[in-house]
Amino acid sequence: MQAYHLKNILVSSYRSIKIDFFMKILVCISHVPDTTSRINFTDNNSKFDSSGVQFVINPNDEFGLTRAMWFKEKQGATIHIVNVGGPETEPTLRKALAIGADEAIRINTEAVDGYSVAKQLAAVAKEGDYDLIIGGRESLDYNGGMVPGMLAKMLDYNFVNTCTSLEVEGDTATATREIDGGTETIKATLPLVVGGQKGIVEESDLRIPNMRGIMQARKKPLTVREPIDASVETQTTKFEEPAPKGSIKLADNVDQLIDMLHNEAKAI
Amino acid sequence: MSVLVYTESEEGIFKKTAFEAVSYAKGLANSLSTTVTAVSINGNDVAQLGEYGADKVLEISNDALKRFKADAYAEAISQAAKKEGAKIVILSSTTNSKYLAPLLAVNLEAGYVPNVVALPTSTSPFTVKNSVFSNKAFAETEIKTDIKLVAVATNSYPISITDGTAEVESFAVSLDSVKDVEVTDVEKATNKVSIADAEIVVAGGRGLKGPENWHLIEDLAEVLGAATACSKPVSDMGWRPHEEHVGQTGRPVASNLYIAVGISGAIQHLAGVSASKVKVVINNDPEAPFFKAADYGIVGDAFEIVPELIEKLKAFKAENA
Repeated sequence: MQAYHLKNILVSSYRSIKIDFFMKILVCISHVPDTTSRINFTDNNSKFDSSGVQFVINPNDEFGLTRAMWFKEKQGATIHIVNVGGPETEPTLRKALAIGADEAIRINTEAVDGYSVAKQLAAVAKEGDYDLIIGGRESLDYNGGMVPGMLAKMLDYNFVNTCTSLEVEGDTATATREIDGGTETIKATLPLVVGGQKGIVEESDLRIPNMRGIMQARKKPLTVREPIDASVETQTTKFEEPAPKGSIKLADNVDQLIDMLHNEAKAI
Repeated sequence: MSVLVYTESEEGIFKKTAFEAVSYAKGLANSLSTTVTAVSINGNDVAQLGEYGADKVLEISNDALKRFKADAYAEAISQAAKKEGAKIVILSSTTNSKYLAPLLAVNLEAGYVPNVVALPTSTSPFTVKNSVFSNKAFAETEIKTDIKLVAVATNSYPISITDGTAEVESFAVSLDSVKDVEVTDVEKATNKVSIADAEIVVAGGRGLKGPENWHLIEDLAEVLGAATACSKPVSDMGWRPHEEHVGQTGRPVASNLYIAVGISGAIQHLAGVSASKVKVVINNDPEAPFFKAADYGIVGDAFEIVPELIEKLKAFKAENA
């Protein structure tokens, strides 16, 4: 294929030619409390108390977004980001745009459960006809770990979870998946959904928005869409903090430590 | 309508989490005055599941399922659930179970709650307690759908052994409709227990000063039959392989005992290891945050304490063998 030639045509008449090697990537972003946040609840313990809390892009999603940027720069791709949430998530979406995504879509509804979020994302994904959808394996807040898989099943796309590396050539992806005690290498045809995590890029390669990116992000499209009707399958009605932890028992010496672990903790 | 439980096995051997899931299913079935049906895919000696509470086992023996494939396994389990008319399906929280769970949930149109730490607080409405915010809180979550999918958190529900027996029934599944990704290679350390399966995990941090000192961690792990792990900075610096990194962006730890040597206890690290039952810290900085998060500890130089601990544990093991 005259790849270079086609790319030139692409630049001038993007909409009129379907170029199937120029990937269209959707990155799903969750807006979550930073790890160091105090976890408190309000409204009679029925809601997370977000006052004073710093929100960030879910770390697993950040790794995926950086990988998408790699595809954009090395192979050519457009990156759309999508989030389900209220207006409070827009700063987080602007950050993803500042990192280099091309467009953002916010589906204007509260993210109540994994299933309804997946349904909202599926509606956007179907319309956009994406080659690759990158989600995070799990989000820091509710630890559901279900949205990428549900999305894949709803779209009838291939799915790789705990994805620790991803290459794409033509319409074939080669991915590695973390398994208990090792790594599996997988080949899958596009379209593909992955649940990404650390490893899909190295921590040291994570993109941080620079001044130029932040300025450009202000002009990039951030579209707000109304949600489709989607039922909520599970609902958290109450939160509870764990029982307060007792203070640590310090051993004066190794003998004492072994004694405590064996006789008291019954751990050895 | 029995409670269905998927019992995961690897190379035919049932995982400990499978027995936890069956025990959970039994506890739940008892409260609903119903029975437990386990579904096994290529597990050996499936009758043993009766000891943990299974009344029946649907035994799937299928060469196409020899290697784990999420979509195919989800399809097989969903066929078993439909055969039994099961309204409640129990899974564990292993990597593979978490991979197939969302696919199974969509197959069955079942509301899914992961990281469940106890039997339901109510069965009508069906409400379970699950851990959230990386184990910093618990939620009570209601499942509103007709069929309910519950994944039991690792090492959070005790295994109960009974003198029950299970009736074993062969079950054939049809896999025409599954989507497959192709596994082309697997790399796995076969002679070491994995962090996910280990009863005890020994982890080392920057306090060990360099990879050349890791024999301290490895020898301590060996005497305890433990898995070895490391903190994020150690993994980032390349002292240890990525698979050993435990913490929020690394592997979670839910073992019975977690021993942290030379690890200060940054919040991201604690978030990943907080599900372990007993945490021990060995560090020469008494101000290290880990001392506020651990159950037991000793302040001192790891280079002196760990060798002594290894020697004394060897003697202890010999005496208590």
